[in-house]
Amino acid sequence: MQRSKLGLDFEKVGHAKEVSKRIADDVQKFVDNYSTVAVERTLCRLLGIDGVDNNEVPLPNVVVDSIKDKGVLSEGVMFFIGNAVLETGLNPQQIAEKIAEGELDITTLPVRPAEDIKNAIQPFVDENITKIRERKAKRDNYLNTIGEGPKPYLYVIVATGNIYEDVIQAEAAARQGADIIAVIRTTGQSLLDYVPYGATTEGFGGTVATQENFRIMRAALDKVGEEEGKYIRLCNYCSGLCMPEIAAMGALEGLDVMLNDALYGILFRDINMQRTIVDQYFSRLLNGFAGVIINTGEDNYLTTADAFDEAHTVLASDFINEQLALVAGLPEEQMGLGHAFEMTPDLENGFLYELAQAQMIREIFPKAPLKYMPPTKFMTGNIFKGNVQDALFNQISIWTGQGIQLLGMLTEAIHTPFMSDRYLSIENAKYIFSNMKSIGDEMEFKEGGIIRQRAAKVLDDATELVEKIEKEGLFTALEKGIFADIKRPLDGGKGLDGVVEKGSNYFNPFIEILHKK
Amino acid sequence: MSGGLYSTDSNDFDKTLDLSKIKPYGDTMNDGKTQVSFTLPVAKGEEAIEAAKQMMRKMGFENPQVVMVQELMEGFTFFNCYGNCTHTVDYTSIHVPKVESTTMDMHETDEFVKENIGRPIRVVGASTGTDAHTVGIDAIMNMKGFAGHYGLERYDMMEALNMGSQVPNEEFIAKAIEMEADVLLVSQTVTQKDVHIKNLTELVELLEAEGLREKVILICGGPRISHELAKELGYDAGFGMNKYADDVASYAAQELSRRLNG
Repeated sequence: MQRSKLGLDFEKVGHAKEVSKRIADDVQKFVDNYSTVAVERTLCRLLGIDGVDNNEVPLPNVVVDSIKDKGVLSEGVMFFIGNAVLETGLNPQQIAEKIAEGELDITTLPVRPAEDIKNAIQPFVDENITKIRERKAKRDNYLNTIGEGPKPYLYVIVATGNIYEDVIQAEAAARQGADIIAVIRTTGQSLLDYVPYGATTEGFGGTVATQENFRIMRAALDKVGEEEGKYIRLCNYCSGLCMPEIAAMGALEGLDVMLNDALYGILFRDINMQRTIVDQYFSRLLNGFAGVIINTGEDNYLTTADAFDEAHTVLASDFINEQLALVAGLPEEQMGLGHAFEMTPDLENGFLYELAQAQMIREIFPKAPLKYMPPTKFMTGNIFKGNVQDALFNQISIWTGQGIQLLGMLTEAIHTPFMSDRYLSIENAKYIFSNMKSIGDEMEFKEGGIIRQRAAKVLDDATELVEKIEKEGLFTALEKGIFADIKRPLDGGKGLDGVVEKGSNYFNPFIEILHKK
Repeated sequence: MSGGLYSTDSNDFDKTLDLSKIKPYGDTMNDGKTQVSFTLPVAKGEEAIEAAKQMMRKMGFENPQVVMVQELMEGFTFFNCYGNCTHTVDYTSIHVPKVESTTMDMHETDEFVKENIGRPIRVVGASTGTDAHTVGIDAIMNMKGFAGHYGLERYDMMEALNMGSQVPNEEFIAKAIEMEADVLLVSQTVTQKDVHIKNLTELVELLEAEGLREKVILICGGPRISHELAKELGYDAGFGMNKYADDVASYAAQELSRRLNG
């Protein structure tokens, strides 16, 4: 039995995890029977289809829309493209180009036997699986040779809107000591039902996530990493309406960390829950296979709901997200489950409550590289106080052994970080991480004290909540506004028309391959 | 380096407060002491420090002191500086037009609307014209809100519709008519070549042509919008930087109550 510094009841933890597993299994029964336009576009990409047509529409969209318009999306792109490969002798990219030019309708070709179709498509499947494996091997090789920084990894964002300017900012951050560079996406990209193409230099509040931009940043970070003698991880956003497509692009281009959380999209971007939960499964399969760490978005609950009163919803969601990740074969070591330091600075003993919760999450998910979010909600234009708030947050992180430290910026709530903001923030974290390095090994918490009591209470409340969710089912619970005080209807939100029940010809060979590793 | 804690020079200035000529205050009236930090795109070194001092002088600071120099990466150096500001401002001649309402929090506004209006306020918002940015309208309207201030969607007593970005003025008005909106919110983020002025003016003209202008509370917002500008353009109110959903909702509720209840 794991020893707890908090006196946590691990039997209760085990029970909560079993309940959560049943919640995830119930969701998975739904997921298994459905596909979406995004999943099908992902399959196009995994067959090597890339590029855009004359109107800048990505070819995966051209292909999937052409099938959807005929009302036969239920049979899936693998079936139609596989059949077209047999019939035309062309490869998937050539087929996509012909469709874009209006020269080919793959839904009206004579249908070959299922076994032949599967065999015809297999070489293209294997080719891209090999590419992803090679990408992963390249990362592993870097980690085995030049190595990486110690945990908590220092995570900073760049968000200039221009990928080439982002490269400069990222290089500066990496040289100052950052371990993970996250390229914030441009406002609104999560609601686009396609992934833009090529290198981009305009964005607002962030930079467009495109495969070419991924490639540009990865190459830059590899160069800096080699020079600094430390592998620099790259993070992007595998969320929104193109969740699995971005996962595929990230897997092919060597991204290391992906925000990947359907619950976040449902609650904060009003994306339809059926759509995104199906998308999430396939994206997590890909992320799991490619060795990508996922970050979940529980911290955001606390930006609307109260961080003290609603702490148990964060833990409950972490329980569920862990199980939804396990269902997709994503190992615990890649689960950057989210939580945050978001209590009001006016709360007496707030630091103790934050400490209790951070230690509790650490002990409940011992292998996960937990993603710890800095204060945002109570950051003001007072940059001086902001630096103190971030310092308290950094203290808790080193004390409780968090995995991924999203560095707080003293100018949070004012602007996207200046180069100097990032420096000050890294300096703050490095100072505290070094000055307090072993404090966690030295300290235990008093029996019956504030901290132990707080942790026990949050675990109790979270357990009660997952029991309630199990009875209702996750979808119904979301309809009732169980997380972040936000209610979302089963048939509401964006992207529902892109969901389709799988037909009799449907097949997706990637699911089995990605599961097996 | 001149100046600093033990400086003996420039202590002979007039230390009486004159509101027609105010200056920043460090620890003595009219000392003009100001702290500034910035980054220059040059390598760290004596030349960089001299460049920072010259920059300070050009910004209007006497006796510039560079107290911290830090290379951020090759070719970029960060400075913390102090200086004595030479400029003054006439405080007595300042007049800032303000939105005349008391800012309430979400619950207070909901209560206010329940008591004084008795039904939810109907609000339509959009980033209009060619502006593709939803960040402003989202900050005010979306459930999540911004910087800890919940958006209008979250208010019990607001029926809020966020139409998103690049909404043509005609479509925006059509939706306002359909919803019988009480309040119209227009967000403008892009201000290149004053495109926002043109677009905001066009909306007012269209509303007047439709005979709707007086029937709605018309509000614009954005980082470069001030209440003064908004009034000039024919809007009821304008909200700029550091204004949140609370400010907009409070104003809308109080203004609607004024109109309905006299």
